[in-house]
Amino acid sequence: MTDMSDLKPQNQWVSEERKAGLGKRHRTERRFKLLGLAAIFIALAMLATLFVSIASKGYSAFVQTRFELNVYFDETVIYPNGDRSAQALRGASYVSLIRNALRAEFPDVETRKELRSLFGIFSKGASRQLRNMVMEKPSVIGTTTATWLIASDDMDMFNKGYIPRDVVEADRRVKDNEIKWFDHLVEKGVVQKVFNWGFFSSGDSREPEIAGIWGAMVGSFYTLLITFVIAFPIGVMSAIYLEEFAPKNRITDIIEVNINNLAAVPSIVFGLLGMGLFLNVAHLPRSASMVGGLTLALMTLPIIIISARASIRAVPDSIRHAALGLGASRQQTAFHHVLPQSMPGILTGTIIGLSQALGETAPLLMIGMVAFIVDIPGNVTDPATVLPVQIFLWADSPERAFVEKTSGAILVLLVFLVFMNALAVLLRRKFERRK
Amino acid sequence: MIKKTLGLAVIATVALAGQAVARDQIRIVGSSTVFPFATTVAETFGDKGVFKTPVVESTGSGGGLKLFCAGIGEGHPDITNASRRIKKSEVEKCAKAGITEITEVKVGFDGIVLANSKAAPPVILTKKQIFMALAKQVPVNGKLVANPYKTWKDVDASLPNTKIEVLGPPPTSGTRDAFVELAMEGGAKKFPSLKALRKTDKRAFKIIAHTVREDGAYIEAGENDNLIVQKLTANKNAVGIFGFSFLDQNADRIQGGIIGGVKPTFENISAGDYGISRSLYFYVKNAHVGKVPGLKEYLAEFTSEDAFGEFGYLTEKGLIPLSKEERALVRSRAASLSKLNLM
Repeated sequence: MTDMSDLKPQNQWVSEERKAGLGKRHRTERRFKLLGLAAIFIALAMLATLFVSIASKGYSAFVQTRFELNVYFDETVIYPNGDRSAQALRGASYVSLIRNALRAEFPDVETRKELRSLFGIFSKGASRQLRNMVMEKPSVIGTTTATWLIASDDMDMFNKGYIPRDVVEADRRVKDNEIKWFDHLVEKGVVQKVFNWGFFSSGDSREPEIAGIWGAMVGSFYTLLITFVIAFPIGVMSAIYLEEFAPKNRITDIIEVNINNLAAVPSIVFGLLGMGLFLNVAHLPRSASMVGGLTLALMTLPIIIISARASIRAVPDSIRHAALGLGASRQQTAFHHVLPQSMPGILTGTIIGLSQALGETAPLLMIGMVAFIVDIPGNVTDPATVLPVQIFLWADSPERAFVEKTSGAILVLLVFLVFMNALAVLLRRKFERRK
Repeated sequence: MIKKTLGLAVIATVALAGQAVARDQIRIVGSSTVFPFATTVAETFGDKGVFKTPVVESTGSGGGLKLFCAGIGEGHPDITNASRRIKKSEVEKCAKAGITEITEVKVGFDGIVLANSKAAPPVILTKKQIFMALAKQVPVNGKLVANPYKTWKDVDASLPNTKIEVLGPPPTSGTRDAFVELAMEGGAKKFPSLKALRKTDKRAFKIIAHTVREDGAYIEAGENDNLIVQKLTANKNAVGIFGFSFLDQNADRIQGGIIGGVKPTFENISAGDYGISRSLYFYVKNAHVGKVPGLKEYLAEFTSEDAFGEFGYLTEKGLIPLSKEERALVRSRAASLSKLNLM
């Protein structure tokens, strides 16, 4: 290396002026690099803040407080009038079983008011738990079984430390005697935090402790499925036609301008269009994931067409010429050579379009998908809601316990988005390797 | 591509099949204030296992009535919730679509509170002071001028010397409608000049009484009441306007303001002593009863003592129940589907 510099004539052709200029250019470059780094750092810091703030609020949604109670499955309560049909079994007063067990556990609670708040330490979901137990295994009737039952949302919040002990009783959601009972249960070792499976397996509920996102997840799945099945083939076909077959004239120019325009139209407008077209004209069922999927397909179409056209255009002309030269028809050229080459780009565009559709709520408001729906949708015509709508509805609920549920649902949505975008990268890699 | 065409064909068949199926599920639309109560009843109703759980949409009172009055048939909702009474114009609109028989069910009360952070002293105001602090135009020395008050002390010497900063719902909200009607209009009436105007020109009076200032003292904080609560804990000088159930749930962080000497408590609102409270309703399309299964049973569930009674499960969600006599009346009217009469 030293030899080289020795060989170089010492700055003979570089004037002082040029040298200063070179220094300046280097400085500019360093500054630009630094700015770029800073930009990335700020972006990452913001992302981290968002994620940490959501995760720190939301992680507790995945666990749930339960109390163990010795429940006597009293035959006289379950079959009050001897009717042993499934309907009677379903409609039996399981709350009474819990109430009787609580009375046995806390015999010194007597006044009506106190009993009322004592019964309130268990969730409405607890009696459903007992019902499911009995319906699954009727042999428990007549026995006394220690059962872990879901605690009420206030108890859950208290156990997780969201309700402070040191506030004046009047201002506290959990009153002094409730804390006394809670402490008694803790002492007995019958308070537990378990993984909240119900959050992932049940539908929406007005009781935060038993509300789940499965219904919204299924709704999102159906909606996106419809969106994909409609938007992907139509989008890719239009792109192929516009790029490979259509003549370049004023009409195709107008179409192109319109497609670009549509991609920038606010999503609520597509909601209005969906309402007018699918509900008022086609009379499809309101709130159905099919209508949601169709509406979102309208929204996603321009994005897919634009990205597909761009990646088709990026395929070198030499490939087309070679195929045509060997006697392939234009259709064969397009489908056998151009389309496989452009597939990675098309898929990336599609998945980005779909992840945008996954996060959309505004157009769904118009077609009635912003709704309280308990039942898990069984097909695309059932009333359904989607993940972002579920988040919106929970964020708007007064109960304190919905705060963590909201953040929990956001975390699930983020996981889905990460998964979808990772899939885009994976598919692109796979197709690129095939070349 | 064959697969895709097949997929399309499947979708098309499902689409056609979906149309043919009759609706076996109650559909409810309407007010976001009644939404938490309607959904709780819907869930309990569905949990009994006889009928499907009704679908409840949160569209706002006005939006709900619009959908409700669009027509009869399975494409239209059976019930709409409202945080105000149905208007005469809406009844007429309904009648035009052939909906002449509507049953009105009064559910209970909802208080609107002015609250602030626990870290500051509680807000003590009269309706007149609320009007003076929030109206766009106020009478000063007998003349209407653009609201000159910047701090609470400017409004009344007894109030603290802090900037007027009120976070409240936007005009699309039913809470806002009720607030301007009950609090601001109530305050405007206290001015003799405006009271005189009310007698001569009711419209002009309403415009003055219902127009909220737009110079930054009143901040529209969106429909999300949880957000207002969070902002109040962060800014102890701000005052927020929202429904009673949010105060009930967050009593360890915020406190309700005393309006006209009355605290916003469960007892005061249900007794009718608290000045800013409104009634909540829902409306049932009688033509759908018998066609959509479970409609009558849903009405019975909502008007049962277990639900909207004094110790019913809706009170846990923040509903303030009607008096015992009124509940009995509402229940019998709901059971007999007695036709709404606005007179």
